[in-house]
Amino acid sequence: MSADTPLMKEPDANPEGATPTGSTTDRAELIRFTDVTKRFGGTTILDRLCFSVDAGKHVTLIGPSGSGKTTILRLLMTLTKPDEGTITVGGQQLYPASEKQCREVRKNIGMVFQQFNLFPNMKVLRNLTEAPVNVLGLSKDEAEQRARELLDLVGLADKCDAYPTQLSGGQQQRVAIARALAMRPQVLLLDEVTSALDPELVAGVLDLLRDIARTTDITMLCVTHEMNFARDISDQVLMFDSGQVIESGSPEKIFGDPTHERTREFLGAVL
Amino acid sequence: MNFDWSNLGDFMPAFWDGVLVTLQALLGGSLLAFSLGLVWALAQRSSLKVVSWPVKAVAEFIRNTPLLVQLFFLFYVLPEWGLTLSALATGILGLGLHYSTYTAEVYRAGIDGVPAGQWEAATALSLPRSRTWIAVILPQALRRVVPALGNYVIAMLKDSPMLMTIGVLEMLGEARQFGSQTFQMNESIVAVGIAFIVIAYPASLLLRALERRLVR
Repeated sequence: MSADTPLMKEPDANPEGATPTGSTTDRAELIRFTDVTKRFGGTTILDRLCFSVDAGKHVTLIGPSGSGKTTILRLLMTLTKPDEGTITVGGQQLYPASEKQCREVRKNIGMVFQQFNLFPNMKVLRNLTEAPVNVLGLSKDEAEQRARELLDLVGLADKCDAYPTQLSGGQQQRVAIARALAMRPQVLLLDEVTSALDPELVAGVLDLLRDIARTTDITMLCVTHEMNFARDISDQVLMFDSGQVIESGSPEKIFGDPTHERTREFLGAVL
Repeated sequence: MNFDWSNLGDFMPAFWDGVLVTLQALLGGSLLAFSLGLVWALAQRSSLKVVSWPVKAVAEFIRNTPLLVQLFFLFYVLPEWGLTLSALATGILGLGLHYSTYTAEVYRAGIDGVPAGQWEAATALSLPRSRTWIAVILPQALRRVVPALGNYVIAMLKDSPMLMTIGVLEMLGEARQFGSQTFQMNESIVAVGIAFIVIAYPASLLLRALERRLVR
């Protein structure tokens, strides 16, 4: 774990117009949000949000429902666009940017969804090979070999020829994790990946993610309500409220000695 | 009412010709309706208003005018514009075009029914737009719409006698011709009615079986 600089909280910095893009790239900074605002209808979900994540770090976003955590992942995955501000990934701008540039940046990012979102019309193996073949240009054999290795990693080597609906929720989510990893992303976004699972299936998925966090140098951004899991895998925890990071720090600090009143309230309610 | 089934034998050669023409019209019309309908459905989703708007307008126009009028138009007006087709080809074009505006709606509903999460997963994997349509969205949408498309095949079968009005000798046309030659209409008409049931009922059973197979 590094010093306390991988994530910078700058809640009130940057008066209008000031966008310090590219000013801090020398620290292997991978992701940077600068003054990002996102509104849905009349509601402001993210309010001039600034933070950054260094390469290889595991960051957990916690906070009450509606505080904008999932929106951050969706912005990074280009599933939604910010109303204001800039987002950079690996020094390349994701917003504002052309569709072509977005596509390039997006290739380095994988996402696992709450509802798995596997392709039900494809067998498990093809769920894992579809993008590597059609996006990365791997041969079918290469992609299948990679897929089989990943299915082995997630403990589902025998399910290559099953359809997703023939699997349990936990198995589907493990396939979804393997599918995201098949693209060898630099960044993995995990959006409440155990929320839709039966309680007895949660542990298997979390153990798998702990393994991945421990054995790879992939950068992880994780929205979760599993506080023990957050404590285990995180280098950094960000506490969100009302579209802002109100507190950030190591899991020991956030869970052990939170400074912000709102953080204490929230943790008191969920722990 | 007089029925003399003995002269049904005389009708049989013409009857089989009629069955063949009906099936040709049905097959051609269905293929056209299924493929054009998909084209309309995709065009209507286009973000380019110059594409989506005219397609919507034309589809609405065709759907809200009678098939019979469209058949007459195709048969009498197209030749004036230099496009002369056989009666059967005109009939297939008419049926296919008319029903494509209905199948377009079916496809639209099927595409809308694919969960947003599927689009998002495709985006998250950086799949190109065309690949997303071909490999992810359409296979799921088509599976959902098979029953509804099948219903239109049966509706098309039942509308196929309209082709008689432009001189296509399908089953009913043959029966009418036979009747006007022999002055014995009853038997041939009954035979045609039965033939419609014999084609339509197994077709609907087949569709139900297909539906069960596709729902996964």
